[in-house]
Amino acid sequence: MSDDYAVVPIRRTASAIAEPAAVRWLLIGAAIAFLALFLFVPLIAVFAEAFQKGWTAYVSALREPDAWAAIKLTLLTAGIAVPLNTAFGVAAAWLIAKYRFRGKNLLITLIDLPFAVSPVISGLVFVLLFGSQGVLGPWLAQYDFKIIFAVPGIVLATLFVTFPFVARELIPVMQALGSEEEEAAMSLGARGWQTFFRVTLPNVKWGLLYGIILCNARAMGEFGAVSVVSGHIRGLTNTVPLYVEILYNEYNFTAAFAAASLLAVLALVTLAAKSLVEWKAARNESTYNLAGGE
Amino acid sequence: MAKRIKPRGILPGFGLTMGYTLVYLCLIVFIPLSLLFLKAASLSPGQWWEIISNPRVLAAFRLSFAAALLAGVINTVFGLLVGWVLTRYSFPGKRLVDGLVDLPFALPTAVAGIVLTAVYAPGGWIGRYLEALGVQVAFAPIGVVVALTFIGIPFVVRTVQPVLLDLEKQVEEVSATLGANRWQTFRRVIFPQLLPALITGFALAFARGLGEYGSVVFISGNMPMSTEIVPLLIMTKLEQYDYAGATAIAAVMLIASFLMLLVINFLQWRSNKLHRLG
Repeated sequence: MSDDYAVVPIRRTASAIAEPAAVRWLLIGAAIAFLALFLFVPLIAVFAEAFQKGWTAYVSALREPDAWAAIKLTLLTAGIAVPLNTAFGVAAAWLIAKYRFRGKNLLITLIDLPFAVSPVISGLVFVLLFGSQGVLGPWLAQYDFKIIFAVPGIVLATLFVTFPFVARELIPVMQALGSEEEEAAMSLGARGWQTFFRVTLPNVKWGLLYGIILCNARAMGEFGAVSVVSGHIRGLTNTVPLYVEILYNEYNFTAAFAAASLLAVLALVTLAAKSLVEWKAARNESTYNLAGGE
Repeated sequence: MAKRIKPRGILPGFGLTMGYTLVYLCLIVFIPLSLLFLKAASLSPGQWWEIISNPRVLAAFRLSFAAALLAGVINTVFGLLVGWVLTRYSFPGKRLVDGLVDLPFALPTAVAGIVLTAVYAPGGWIGRYLEALGVQVAFAPIGVVVALTFIGIPFVVRTVQPVLLDLEKQVEEVSATLGANRWQTFRRVIFPQLLPALITGFALAFARGLGEYGSVVFISGNMPMSTEIVPLLIMTKLEQYDYAGATAIAAVMLIASFLMLLVINFLQWRSNKLHRLG
């Protein structure tokens, strides 16, 4: 950029729009110190605490049958919640990006609603609906079907808290792409589903993947909402985050941090996948611009 | 129904996606949430007031709002700093730092809760130095602020970063040519452009902090009247099968959150409009 202003003494311009090196390093230092206190030290501490009593204690803590049951329930919950919310996210994004209709902004706000609700309240609404004193409670009791303090309640609470993730990532991506390519495909004789799978999906795949990754991280890690509906029955209705809480409250710190370290690894994998997806999406965009642009 | 048939778009699937979206939205979100308000509305104003005006409940509301506010302010200041450093400067490990800023989004809150407690408790990695200074963080109201600060870190950073990237360098050059020093340029030229993003980021962090449960319950110590936050109080009422009490408090929380959501949407809508004009 500075090549354009060859007449202007370059050194002076550069110093006039940049800070002196001392200020620069001071600001970098302050930012890193803040992040270290609140992010880096706690992150390292998870693993330090988990391995405090060595590798054998770590492995044996994770080989407990209750730990296995918690891991299985967490996988099951995410396995149900993530596909359902992905299907919803795709449908909602298609609806919002491809058509004009009244109340669209209201719909977008409603989709975002679960983000604004405290996790505890997200659990509470299902207790009010399906709990023993709830609206449908007596009816459920008649058929001996338990939702609250059982697995279905955990799945429902997770569905609620992870509801907006995929839709929210996908809507701006689809809106930015417009519908010209789909319209071209239709005019060339493609059917609706063909257009979706061959044209739309390849275009939005990175945004979709990013939404799924975030949705999955929250589904596996949700604590507050699940805590309200679970009833904390060991080996039956404990997800990994709830299992961490129980161990911690029993002062079994090494085991608690061992289970927590699994979730921390999941978080790190999520962040790595996110960076990868962003990098891929940026590269796609630049090659797209190169091919389609000038 | 519609008198004029305006083209909605020529692609198929309007009915299918509209139907599916609305049914799913109603089942998972709308019906359960409306039920909470119906249940809260079944209380008489007198009953309702008795629950809310209880000193323990008021203390919890005061703590939740004050801690979320303070954490939001801390995150606004340091979020701007981190966003600035990450977009303007280069230093070793920058990409790693940038990636880790999102950790509070990805790390389950229960994990954040127990590890912050371990680190900030007396004798913990950071707590032992604070203890020497006479500051107790864990099991005190400051602990709530620490947990909410952790939870809110990404919000301001991620709303400020794109705006910082979009700023035109020429404007700063002009300001410098007109004789402003670097601080004046920042305060008078750069900062006003960042302000909408800072407010949005603050509002997001505040709203999240208000409802946060998992990371706070471990570090706060949960003493009624002193370190008990509103979500925990709802939880306690539920465990005592006091559904009316839990619902009344939850309804107040929900209304506060919805107001925040409206403010945030308005701010984002306005800054988008400014962006498009500019």
